[in-house]
Amino acid sequence: MAIRFPVEAGHIMLFARAIGDPNPAYQADADEVVAPPTFVQASAQFDPDYPLRPKIGASWFGSGRNATGARGGGGGGGAGGGNAGTLHAEQHYEYHRPLTAGTVLTAETRPGESWEKQGRRGGKLIFSETITEYRDQDGNLVVTSRGVGVRTEKTVEQE
Amino acid sequence: MTMTRNDVKVGDSRTEVLTEDLSRTQIVQYAGASGDYNPLHSDEVFVKEVAGYPTVFAHGMLTMGMTGRLLTDWFGAGNLVSYGVRFSKQVWPGDRLEATGTIEAIRTEEGVTLADVVVSTKNQDGDEVLSGRATARLT
Repeated sequence: MAIRFPVEAGHIMLFARAIGDPNPAYQADADEVVAPPTFVQASAQFDPDYPLRPKIGASWFGSGRNATGARGGGGGGGAGGGNAGTLHAEQHYEYHRPLTAGTVLTAETRPGESWEKQGRRGGKLIFSETITEYRDQDGNLVVTSRGVGVRTEKTVEQE
Repeated sequence: MTMTRNDVKVGDSRTEVLTEDLSRTQIVQYAGASGDYNPLHSDEVFVKEVAGYPTVFAHGMLTMGMTGRLLTDWFGAGNLVSYGVRFSKQVWPGDRLEATGTIEAIRTEEGVTLADVVVSTKNQDGDEVLSGRATARLT
């Protein structure tokens, strides 16, 4: 499914603040507001089905009255980012043309490869790739994203 | 701002402190901006009682975003050709993060001069939390 992702100056500014980057090119009043390198990750905001955002009227797997609102715990899914049981292992971007505010991207996601590895402390690690192509209004490829999520059979042990 | 071929050479290195003391609030700020509201990153009750971690931890993408600043401060916003990382260790509230980039090659491809950079972000204990590579356009 394709997601329509309007790239807005105010959103870029909020994103830049969140990553602690005061670059003037990211300020909403810049002549040309440039997107930071990882900005396209915020396309999650425009995915109506994104599982890691509470939905109006729906139960949520984070805490409320109880430690989790999910029946049976856990929950969610997630592309490249992952749910409570999936962690983000790798992220790669290729930039084909500059991304500035005013662009309306269309994001199309497809699964990539998946593979398994034995964890250091036992338990299987299951890796899966997600590839997203972001195109502008004219159909030009702007960014290609490749995320790798890792699902563990148990909570990652602390060192 | 862009760097020219004459501004840089192989072996050049640059280090930036990304945060002196990562706050839980900055992690929440990133959740809000990115749209990734996974409770692992903001919900202490869920994290301790359900997920089994000592406290909330940062989105890998927050560390990648913060590390991107090293690259855009160096080569200018909008001048990256590629940027890819591996997340090797979790980043926790209170961590101090420092990123280092080193130019390992300068090459010309279809008339465009490119710098290949190795990046590494470490916490206060010297443990690498992110490692990766980027390629930037020079003029």
